[in-house]
Amino acid sequence: MATQQNGIIKDYLVFLFRATRLSFRGDLLFYGWMTLLTVITLVGMRCYSYQLLYGLSTTGMTDQVSWGIYIANFTFLVGMAAAAVMLVIPAYIYKRHELHDVVIFGELLAVASIVMCLLFVTVDLGRPDRFWHLIPVIGLFNFPVSMLSWDVVVLNGYLLINVHICGYLLYMKYLGRKPNPWFYMPFVLLSIAWAISIHTVTAFLYVGLVGRPFWNAAIVAPRFLGSAFTAGPGFMILAFQIIRKTTKYHIGDEALHLLRQIVTVSLLVNLFLLGCEVFKEFYSASLHMSSAKYLFFGLHGHDALVPWIWTALTLEMIAAIILVVPKTAKRFFWLNIACAFSIIGIWIEKGLGLIVPGFLPTPLGEIVEYVPTWNEIGVSVGIWAMGLLIFSWLMRLAIPIVSGRFRRS
Amino acid sequence: MANKRKSKQTRVENPAEQPPALDLAAPLERRDFLKAGALACLFGGGAVTAMAPLRHIKTETELEDWMQQQYERLTPEQIEKILHRVETQIEAKYGVDVNVEDPKPLPGVQYGYALNIGRCIGCRRCVHACVEENNQSRDPAIQYIRVLAMEKGSLDVEKSDHYYDPETVPQPDKYYMPVQCHQCENPPCVKACPVRATWKEEDGIVVVDYNWCIGCRYCEAACPYWARRFNFAEPKLAKEEINPQMGYLGNRIRPQGTMEKCTFCIQRVRKGLNPACMEACPTGARQFGNLADPNSVIRYILREKRVYVFKEEAGTVPRFYYWFDK
Repeated sequence: MATQQNGIIKDYLVFLFRATRLSFRGDLLFYGWMTLLTVITLVGMRCYSYQLLYGLSTTGMTDQVSWGIYIANFTFLVGMAAAAVMLVIPAYIYKRHELHDVVIFGELLAVASIVMCLLFVTVDLGRPDRFWHLIPVIGLFNFPVSMLSWDVVVLNGYLLINVHICGYLLYMKYLGRKPNPWFYMPFVLLSIAWAISIHTVTAFLYVGLVGRPFWNAAIVAPRFLGSAFTAGPGFMILAFQIIRKTTKYHIGDEALHLLRQIVTVSLLVNLFLLGCEVFKEFYSASLHMSSAKYLFFGLHGHDALVPWIWTALTLEMIAAIILVVPKTAKRFFWLNIACAFSIIGIWIEKGLGLIVPGFLPTPLGEIVEYVPTWNEIGVSVGIWAMGLLIFSWLMRLAIPIVSGRFRRS
Repeated sequence: MANKRKSKQTRVENPAEQPPALDLAAPLERRDFLKAGALACLFGGGAVTAMAPLRHIKTETELEDWMQQQYERLTPEQIEKILHRVETQIEAKYGVDVNVEDPKPLPGVQYGYALNIGRCIGCRRCVHACVEENNQSRDPAIQYIRVLAMEKGSLDVEKSDHYYDPETVPQPDKYYMPVQCHQCENPPCVKACPVRATWKEEDGIVVVDYNWCIGCRYCEAACPYWARRFNFAEPKLAKEEINPQMGYLGNRIRPQGTMEKCTFCIQRVRKGLNPACMEACPTGARQFGNLADPNSVIRYILREKRVYVFKEEAGTVPRFYYWFDK
């Protein structure tokens, strides 16, 4: 028994060693890409060290608008992470076996996105050195009262579930063994419900605030899901095509077209829900519409977000038209444009377009424009670069495993 | 290409069809070590250079501070030690002798505040008295009380002027509405906090443990009265501006990156004094007292005057009342 265990541990250590070796192997393009991301990550770390030194005064946030692009990016990325479920459901529930390989890539995207989410939340903290206060038992975790504590639970849980599923399936594939469904199917099923929950709980962070009418609306959570299932699969369509072009691994058109259908339906649902929201805000013309008015048209001469939101809406509308017309939707050139447009559109709409108007006007009726500082932008870009670095690295390992080239000798 | 279309199981069962394996089992060569070393140096050097500004960080946070538990979990002996440590830290940093105390809730006392909206003239003396008493940062300036110059005929705060600056107050056609922490019975900020760094004390005052707050600012987003303030930078106060009589849950100088708020001057009221804002008010618009005492002035006002609360629809049940004469 002991020798058998030793064998298992030895196999795993050999795997790790080889994986490390593989991580640093690649052509010039791979090295160039990874170096670029590393340099941007380091610039981001530089910016973050200024923030640690001088406090959040290095950001554009104020007591009036007390969350900015960090939380905006966080919210967007929770959606990206949740979107992995849109591949998991057809692959495992509807038994689309041709998707079993790409679903792992989708889950790895979820892993990278959650890591970015956690980084964005961490850089938003005034006292990151006190993170241990959030750890149950040794800290004082205000669960289940605080919605933020729910978010900590669901995000970390989602990260663990996905790391387990991808890690187990990939390692079995490396060993050349058939994975035991009992070791991963329960987690796959759990991950479906969990993916919905991470985004719903994140929406409830905002929905639960009684003093913020723009957020305190039931439509926020459904809209979160609609936009998440647009941007996430949209990103996967683009990423999968890059993988097809730059590696020998072939991802079939069926997977891309399935994702396209998901993007199309989700984008239309998202636009419909947006329409519902706009109607409710503007037709009744109540006091509560001030935030929406600020977002779409500007309020009392303050209109920093107006060009952004209209850009977002225009991009989403163009994407919707491309996706609805069958002739354009099925051509990858147009499909890529539609995906890029909807990702950018949703990043604006659900990032700054959701966070900032929630704060404005303040509960005391004040309007203070929020403009992120360069340092804050540097930190954010650094986190994005680090996330892409992690995703690229995971793909560097996963693709050879899935295609059978990286296996136990 | 053909074998790629086949499912995983098929490929595993037919090793002959497998694509060529990557050669990762070869023994490490000299150039592998050189490459690894070069990459490690580049990345390590890059990381050190990137984080270089951190060498200027003042390590005033001692291990003891960092290890400290949340206030409600501390024993009286631990609190005693902490008070002493906080005193030493403030003295070392600001060069002033200070006295940090931790007065406890008085038995049978429930604090309440009532403000006569008809009497307020908008002079903002309360705002400044509050800053002087509570050792708020002067740069960036933090104030707990916001006085709104309201338009006559409107209850809409959006039409109010926060930054009014006329020669004299009160201005005709304006009425004035000061807003500060309402010490709600059902405080949304307390619910929001993920680490219970803010809570409601037995006497009704909502306090913050400045040594426990992680600075996520969720409470700030949750407050319907915009009563919370964040230390975006290290608080700056001149030596002579510091009020040396400090309370641990009240007016001691806050650390960077943490939340603070009005505590009804907890360091004063628990010793039987009135809040600084009330003392400073020249018109007597501000009244403070014990809601549990039927003979208190505040109970008289609640009984006899036309009283209302701000944003009643939020369900927060404030302990800060506005009123006007019959």
